[in-house]
Amino acid sequence: MVEKGTSLLKMMEISVAEAEKRTGKNAVNMQETYTVYLIETSVEHIIWTNPVPDSLWRRYSEFELLRNYLLVTYPFSVVPPLPEKRAEFVWHKLSADNMDPDFVERRRVGLENFLLRVASHPDLSSDKIFYSFLTEENGWKETVFETGFQAKADSRLKALNATFRVKNPDKRFAEMKHYGDELQSVISQLLRVRARAADRLYGVYKVHGNYGRVFSEWSAIEKEMGDGLQSAGHHMDAYAASVDDILEEEEHYADQLKEYLFYADALRAVCRKHELTQYELEMAAQDLTSKKQQREELATGTIRTFSLKGMTSKLFGQETPEQREAKVKMLETQIEEGEELVKERNTECEEFVKSAWVDIERFKEQKDHDLREALISYAIMQISMCKKGIQVWNNAKECFSKM
Amino acid sequence: MSKIFNWDLILPNGTPVDTSSPASSSSLLNRLQLDDDLDGETRDLFVTVDDPKKHVSTMETYITYRVCTKTTRTEFDLPEYTVRRRYQDFDWLRNKLEESQPTHLIPPLPEKFVMKGVVDRFSEEFVETRRKALDKFLKRVADHPVLSFNEHFNAFLSAKDLNKRQGLALLTKMGESVKYVTGGYKLRARPVEFAAMGDYLDLFTQKLGTIDRIAQRIIKEQSEFLMELREYGPVYSSWSSFEEDLHDPLEGVSGCVSNCSSALEELTEDMSEDFLPVLREYVLYIESMKNVLKKRDQVQAEYETKLEAVVFREDKKTPVPTDVEKCQDRVECFNADLKADWDRWENNKRQDFRQLLTGMADKNIQYYEKCLAAWESLIPVLQDKQEAEGETS
Repeated sequence: MVEKGTSLLKMMEISVAEAEKRTGKNAVNMQETYTVYLIETSVEHIIWTNPVPDSLWRRYSEFELLRNYLLVTYPFSVVPPLPEKRAEFVWHKLSADNMDPDFVERRRVGLENFLLRVASHPDLSSDKIFYSFLTEENGWKETVFETGFQAKADSRLKALNATFRVKNPDKRFAEMKHYGDELQSVISQLLRVRARAADRLYGVYKVHGNYGRVFSEWSAIEKEMGDGLQSAGHHMDAYAASVDDILEEEEHYADQLKEYLFYADALRAVCRKHELTQYELEMAAQDLTSKKQQREELATGTIRTFSLKGMTSKLFGQETPEQREAKVKMLETQIEEGEELVKERNTECEEFVKSAWVDIERFKEQKDHDLREALISYAIMQISMCKKGIQVWNNAKECFSKM
Repeated sequence: MSKIFNWDLILPNGTPVDTSSPASSSSLLNRLQLDDDLDGETRDLFVTVDDPKKHVSTMETYITYRVCTKTTRTEFDLPEYTVRRRYQDFDWLRNKLEESQPTHLIPPLPEKFVMKGVVDRFSEEFVETRRKALDKFLKRVADHPVLSFNEHFNAFLSAKDLNKRQGLALLTKMGESVKYVTGGYKLRARPVEFAAMGDYLDLFTQKLGTIDRIAQRIIKEQSEFLMELREYGPVYSSWSSFEEDLHDPLEGVSGCVSNCSSALEELTEDMSEDFLPVLREYVLYIESMKNVLKKRDQVQAEYETKLEAVVFREDKKTPVPTDVEKCQDRVECFNADLKADWDRWENNKRQDFRQLLTGMADKNIQYYEKCLAAWESLIPVLQDKQEAEGETS
């Protein structure tokens, strides 16, 4: 899924090789069981000065910490998502238990995929915190907190959840946000229906196993028909058993869809961030305009804008020329500062739009490629399933014809 | 073949034969070939059922089938007959055969009652399935060394108007059939072979019942799977509506799932219409066979009881009454008929189930082949852009 030969991956091989259960005391001093994952790296060229260990263990919460850090530090990047925290969209035979070995295994693959995606991202891969995540077992958490990203994380979260109206958002970002919404909605629906269909398919195959049993019983009371029936029964058993592998493979397809379900969220976050920067620019510009108007009014003596000072002076009498001059001077300073701020925010906005759009385009291409690949492998899976079905029924048919 | 027939479809009595049907001479010949492998037995009676036609009257709508007969038997006035019969007539024939040949196993008919609303009685598939079963029924009767000479069978094949015969036959045969209604005698010991038949039939009925339930369950699960598929496919379609590059691939997947859905629907319909009815017919058939076995038991019981009574009178040196002798004859005939028919039945059963189960396998193979074709044709659509990219890059 991830192309080798880009960024960090050019220099380092990364894999999440194993998963293990551990028990320990948590933050509230209670005993808990959790899973840790073994990250293995092998460096081809040493670029950092730190000594590089070959492997270290990390748990899921540390991956989450890494991702939150990346989200805050690279707001213009579509940050790759983590595999789901809890198993969702499961069909009934699949366990929704986080400790289930199949879930752990699929999570291991998902975490590896996450690391590879980050490592092949043009901006994210050169991040030092990311590198030390891969290479420094101890003290990594402290390093992350030392960056002070937590404060930014809190304000970011607040801003992203706030409702505000932007007057002039970049149309492309508005469209992208809408696309993210639609993608999330359609993939959710797809995963839900797929899980239900998988349940049904399981039932269809398994009931055929009952033919195996009854043919066996029936063959016991037959003379010439017995052998044919008995062997046909074995094929029915094989048919029933084949569904387990089929559905396991399909789960892999579901995981690929899930990745893009979560990617849709990351995409929306970038668009939201744009809205935020745009909003802040508009607010600053609005504030500036208001201050300029106030200055004009003070100069010409006309009051068009409401100000408390203006009202109080009206009520309690005119102000002295000195007072007025002081006010004008303050406004001038504010206007200067305001203009600086608008300039700043404008640059911020423009730069954000530029960087973000580059990454969004990159993401679009990646998404088109990956999803196309996923559909191809899904079709291949279906073809394989059909061929197996034809084979089993041909075998059974042969047995029947010998009855 | 002992004689070569004239294949012109004109009846000697001048009645025009419906030649608008697709049945040409050669296809008629094909249909005259029986399922059974008779190993060189010379046949002198050929029967086919074909050309179903719908009749609409003010009272009812029904289907008639053409029954064609070719024979050299002297029991028939003419060498060829073509008549139109409806299911009711076949049912009448079977009842008549059961009545008049109580020592024999009469081949089964397809189920009489069909739940309206569940199955379309006038759909092509249903009519064809029924036609094949009726054809098999007549051929098996025609094959039977005793049943084929039955006068009701003769009437069925040859009479222009069956109804008249029905009434007449009913009156003349009433008396005879009464003779075979025995009752209230207790059987001492059932001969081993007939006990084995009874046991086998009981077990076999059980297995058929289980298979019926399994098949029904599979149909139910498949229908529910089908329901999900019908929701699943369109989601890909709505996804494609807001994608550019992925539009065609996603539409393609949607179409593929839709094709598979149709194939699955066909499979479940086939199983409901072809597979289940045959199983159920067999269960009914076995019931009628068990009745024949019971009758046999009764005849034997009657004989044993009457014989016992005679034995007690032996001291008086009276000759064995002809009544007891007749009973003995009856028992021996019944046993002989039944044994011969049982072998015949086993053969037919084997054939029937071989056909039924291979049919089931075939339907499933066809389903998977349809799906396979759909998915395989999708692959180039999915890979399309990549190939184009490969050329330009």
